[in-house]
Amino acid sequence: MKPTDINNPEYFHRVIDCQYACPSHTPVPEYIRLISEKRYDDAYMINWISNVFPGILGRVCDRPCEPACRRGRVEREAVAICRLKRVAADNREAGIESRFPKIPEEKNGKKVALIGAGPASLTVARDLLPLGYTVDLYDDQSAGGGFMRTQVPSFRLPEKVLNQEVGYILDMGVRTFFNHYISSMRSLLARDYDALFVGTGAPRGRDLPDLPGRREGAAGIHIGIDWLAGVVFGHVRSIGRKVLVLGGGNTAMDCCRTARRLGGEDVRVVVRSPLAEMKASPWEIEDAREEDIPFYENHLPVEFVVEQGQLKGMRFEKVEPRYDDQGKRTLVPSGEPLVLMECDEVILAVGQLNAFPWIEEDLGIEFDQWGLPVLGEGTFQSSLERVFFGGDAAFGPRNIITAVAHGHGAAISIDLFCSGRPLTERPGPKVSLLSQKMGVHDWLYHNQIADDLRQAVPTADRTKTLRDRLMEVELGFDRRLGHTEALRCLNCDIQTVFRVEECIECDACVDACPERCINFTANGTEEDLRRRLLAPARELSQALYVSAELPTGRVMVKDENLCLHCGICAERCPTSAWEMQKFSYQSPQAGEK
Amino acid sequence: MTFFRPSFRHPQLPANQAGYYLRDYEGGISTLCAGCGHDSINGAIIQACYELSLEPHRIVKLSGIGCSSKSPAYLLSAAHGFNSVHGRMPSIVTGANMANRELLYLGISGDGDTASIGMGQFVHAVRRNLNMVYIVMNNGCYGLTKGQYSATADKGSVGKKGEPNLLESIDLCEIAIQLGAGFVGRSFSGDKQQLVPLLKAAMSHIGMAFIDVISPCVTFNNTPTSTKSYHWVREHSEATSTFDFVPFRQEITTDYENGSTEAVTLHDHSVIYLHKKDPEVAVTDRRQAVDALEEHKEEGLILTGVLYVDPESEDTHTILNTSERPLNSLEQAELCPGSAALKEINEELR
Repeated sequence: MKPTDINNPEYFHRVIDCQYACPSHTPVPEYIRLISEKRYDDAYMINWISNVFPGILGRVCDRPCEPACRRGRVEREAVAICRLKRVAADNREAGIESRFPKIPEEKNGKKVALIGAGPASLTVARDLLPLGYTVDLYDDQSAGGGFMRTQVPSFRLPEKVLNQEVGYILDMGVRTFFNHYISSMRSLLARDYDALFVGTGAPRGRDLPDLPGRREGAAGIHIGIDWLAGVVFGHVRSIGRKVLVLGGGNTAMDCCRTARRLGGEDVRVVVRSPLAEMKASPWEIEDAREEDIPFYENHLPVEFVVEQGQLKGMRFEKVEPRYDDQGKRTLVPSGEPLVLMECDEVILAVGQLNAFPWIEEDLGIEFDQWGLPVLGEGTFQSSLERVFFGGDAAFGPRNIITAVAHGHGAAISIDLFCSGRPLTERPGPKVSLLSQKMGVHDWLYHNQIADDLRQAVPTADRTKTLRDRLMEVELGFDRRLGHTEALRCLNCDIQTVFRVEECIECDACVDACPERCINFTANGTEEDLRRRLLAPARELSQALYVSAELPTGRVMVKDENLCLHCGICAERCPTSAWEMQKFSYQSPQAGEK
Repeated sequence: MTFFRPSFRHPQLPANQAGYYLRDYEGGISTLCAGCGHDSINGAIIQACYELSLEPHRIVKLSGIGCSSKSPAYLLSAAHGFNSVHGRMPSIVTGANMANRELLYLGISGDGDTASIGMGQFVHAVRRNLNMVYIVMNNGCYGLTKGQYSATADKGSVGKKGEPNLLESIDLCEIAIQLGAGFVGRSFSGDKQQLVPLLKAAMSHIGMAFIDVISPCVTFNNTPTSTKSYHWVREHSEATSTFDFVPFRQEITTDYENGSTEAVTLHDHSVIYLHKKDPEVAVTDRRQAVDALEEHKEEGLILTGVLYVDPESEDTHTILNTSERPLNSLEQAELCPGSAALKEINEELR
């Protein structure tokens, strides 16, 4: 193999599994370290700069970082990254706004319209306001937040937390137009906006319109996201005793748990697929089970049973999943008799669609066969050059953190566009590599590996939370639990940097490494090397760090997969050929060079 | 500074035939200087014990005083250990070995501990062909007292202080061969590919298995002009042969060409296959072994590998016809056989 190019910032970025997996590339180990040092404000600010909504995401993020976390490969469970983010948010000092960027008095003369007040639009606003843009925000709801407000129930995300972090951005000087439904893109384009950003989400819940009984039973059948919004705005206050929730995503989990709080006693989740293939996050499924909600898998809905205009139940066909050579799944009837489940009401949470009925077809904004806008690669720019899309509106339903990442990207494009520069001239990430050496064997970070298992999060009493849909279930880590959990982080951003010219091949690092990551061996192809290393190196997504040739003709090969970043190799190195260096990687944001 | 090794280990590392994992052979974290050759030798001992599937609690690790003699703290936490007085490790092994012949004795010593203060102990343990593995971590200097030349430092070698060593050096391997050790080898801490199989062969040999391992002192004796530096040894070492060690019960899967390969079967039926540079030199011949050492020395080379094996050698227990079982397993009836037995003995002497 060729020597690894550690000057390519993406190499060490990939080693920081959590940060790499995060759509916004939040510097996770850095803020966790700050929490362990009780520097909550600093930890909050790192999050705020990167992901804009630390308090919100610290509760309801989809957590792509946690399945990626190295700790989950080293021992059983990942670091509770999401809950630690909440620790930073919960413990920040009042008045943290003083650390936010200053908004210039004198504007740059450019006006931007944001349609939809969800996380993507709010991120664009936050990135552009400090640069002097004038930002107008339109939404048909009475407050900002988008689907974070209408679809995420309060027992997971209290309104106060939402209002606070949405407020931070609105207070930066956004001109808001709430309760203002944009019914025509044409009329908006006619106004003097330099750029427009569409962040309207995927607002239409999928229905089962052709299922027999759908029309007759309509009074008892609800579309999940609309029903959740109805609950938030007080239009829905109760539900029948027996409730069926169809669908296996996170919306279904929110629906069934909300139904339990509005009077549903026998609430069931019914999915077409096997349970293992449900889309909902494992922790959300677990939370639903905690509330006595059973799951029925491989049940295909056949009809709504309606008697005298009253919904009485649903019939399902039992199916079995079959997989072809490509792993593609088909659901085959099992041949068993149809299953009747009695119910008073049904909530459909079987997917969401994008819908842009307000964008006229002749404006030059192209849409693809799935109804999604055609966008420039990585620029979020539509075929009408001053119109940009982001969040669920751009690529279909994802999650908050993805919408934030889109917002950052779109803000860069809008800034480049408004200043007349090509959209391809995007700023790069800000990176640095800093030695952590403090003495002969001492480091600037806490390199002792904690043995503690993942800390359980305290929850409120279930009998109380099921009675009050506004009561938050998770209480979050207190400072002590947060500290213990923070020390579980392996500091993957503190890199093992190898300087081949210093190495005397004494093998000290090989012997000292607890994970046997380090090898000195004859060079070969990657496939060949992976077979020859001291410890199995079968995780192909994890890189091998290969040095140039050493005096004995061998090369150093380190499997990054299970490296604990404990620094023992560097401590046992007589010549500092190994050194622990902190790699900082900050995603680019609008206005940077 | 790390004082405790992290408890996590690579989850896919396999267990050996005895069901132990590599971590079961580990010890505490080293407090030697970073880059010390001794650490590599300890790593090789751990690897050899793991590969031979030895039961850690059937091993005794003993040492004297010195950097090398701190080793029992850094390996085999589950083994029996004894850190003896300076240079007195061979006596302690002799006593322990006489009491329980069923354990594996690993004596770990240094050049000072063996060639200076413990010279008298060393030579007599070798003379008796005591059943043990005697490892000398040889760095040619007294590291614990700031690097003065030791008795194994080569004449003319120049260490960190810049003054050459003026005295003749002691070659411990030559002495061991001359005094009747059944297995003698030399290796280099920086060459685990040779050292691990050498240690495995030594552990399988019954009788004195003496291994001199050149182990650079990174702090005081790793200058380019020192004959015990990483650089010098890599440039000036020559192996007697490459070899494979095939433990007893393991299937022999390689075909060896006749002529250049010599097979030596040890007491426990393990086999060492030596692929020799010079097919004329017999590794089982004591005189040729000493000659080879001297010839290489004349050329300024360090000869490594298996220097001498006597597969027929008899260890102390055999020579002295001692109890076949450990003393702690002998019952009162055997220790005090009674007046009838005494009478029988007395009859024999009439």
